[in-house]
Amino acid sequence: MRSLEVLWIIFRKDLRVEWRNRETLVSMCVFGVLIVFLFNFGLQLAPTEMLLSLPVVLWAGFAFAGVLGFNRAFASERENSCLEGMTLAPIDPSAIFAGKLLANLFFLAVAEVVMVFIAALWYNFSFLPSLGQFVLIAFWGTLGYAALGTIFGAIAANTRMREVMLTVLQFPVAFWILMLAMDATAQAFRGNPNGDATAGVLRVAGVSIVFTVASLLLFEYVLEE
Amino acid sequence: MLPETPRAELRLEVRGVSKFFGDHAALREVQLEVSPGDAVLLYGANGAGKTTLLRLMASLARPTSGEVLFAGRDITQEAAAAKSAIGFASHATLLYNELSVRENLEFFGMLFGLKDLQVRVDHELDRFGLRDRERVLVRELSRGLQQRVSLARALLHDPLFLLLDEPFTGLDRRSTEQLEALLKQRPEQGKAVVFSTHNFQQGAALAQRLVALEAGRVRYNGPLVQAPLEALGITPDTEAMHA
Repeated sequence: MRSLEVLWIIFRKDLRVEWRNRETLVSMCVFGVLIVFLFNFGLQLAPTEMLLSLPVVLWAGFAFAGVLGFNRAFASERENSCLEGMTLAPIDPSAIFAGKLLANLFFLAVAEVVMVFIAALWYNFSFLPSLGQFVLIAFWGTLGYAALGTIFGAIAANTRMREVMLTVLQFPVAFWILMLAMDATAQAFRGNPNGDATAGVLRVAGVSIVFTVASLLLFEYVLEE
Repeated sequence: MLPETPRAELRLEVRGVSKFFGDHAALREVQLEVSPGDAVLLYGANGAGKTTLLRLMASLARPTSGEVLFAGRDITQEAAAAKSAIGFASHATLLYNELSVRENLEFFGMLFGLKDLQVRVDHELDRFGLRDRERVLVRELSRGLQQRVSLARALLHDPLFLLLDEPFTGLDRRSTEQLEALLKQRPEQGKAVVFSTHNFQQGAALAQRLVALEAGRVRYNGPLVQAPLEALGITPDTEAMHA
């Protein structure tokens, strides 16, 4: 119960900090939308080919916007050693992780909604037929990706080349979530030609849960110097 | 906070602690025991290990060897009780630049689960003369004012052990006098204070015990009045030598 309270306190603090400086969310949205545009101009796809490229475009946008957000998430904690300030309190380190994860998840989800909306307009693609399935894939994929971003963001925050380090550390691991999410999204957009709508979602959810739980358990060790 | 343990037994002990950063030994075989009511001055030149020792006692770092105990048990095993009993302020303010003074204190107070949060926040704001700046963002404050907020944060949960690393840095004369009064007062209230400073005379006026560190080793640990100051290389103008 206390951990849930702490999680909420940290989440609200991150929202307030973001509201004051408006750095993270705006840059994530702008960057994500730019990626959607760039792919569109670069690939020059026929409408029939779009179903193949859209999952890649979207998840590439989610991934790069996410990295931007995860870097920022620990920038405010790094200033004045605020993360240490939190660890001085009698709270479970996993509650700190969960609070930071919830904030990362929220910011990335908002950026994803903006990117999907822009993609729908720009690619003239209707998400409605596969919306439910896509939302589930996006939720689980984003959860796992944000969990990795949160723990690697905390690790990278204590290194010298932190912006580079986050990408270098996170992408080899996040690769599995992104690949599965892209595949599941492609299946969903094609109307599940193999007839199984749940298999892709379950695969993404499974990997995401494993990464989230592992990150939660390991965060305590990350906080130690 | 370990309700079954008498307050006098809630000691903070450093037993045979060494701390290495790579090949560099920041601390070697340090022994220290702090009981409620103690006022301990940590004194030594730059790099003597004062900050490292205070960080270990605040459980912000783990020793390479040896152990830090709270109430006779490893501080990591009694983390919640130890953290509730320890207040820590250092060179870094541990404050969020984008939050106001009050928001920072409320945030950290909530993390400590303080029931009478607003009363305590108001008390600290008044104590450190921050009432008229409670809505100001921390990033807009001077270094000295930020230091005052940092001290308010460390005292918010009224810790039994107050660990302060160079607490007078950046403070103006009035704030310095207020902090000196506070550091004198707390041992009288049965609470412990461990602090480091480069100004020996200032520190000696506030402490009963001296822990002199040199290159990571304790050279003296005992009553200030009995300290062999000359042998330790401490003279009235030591500040200039060590700073």
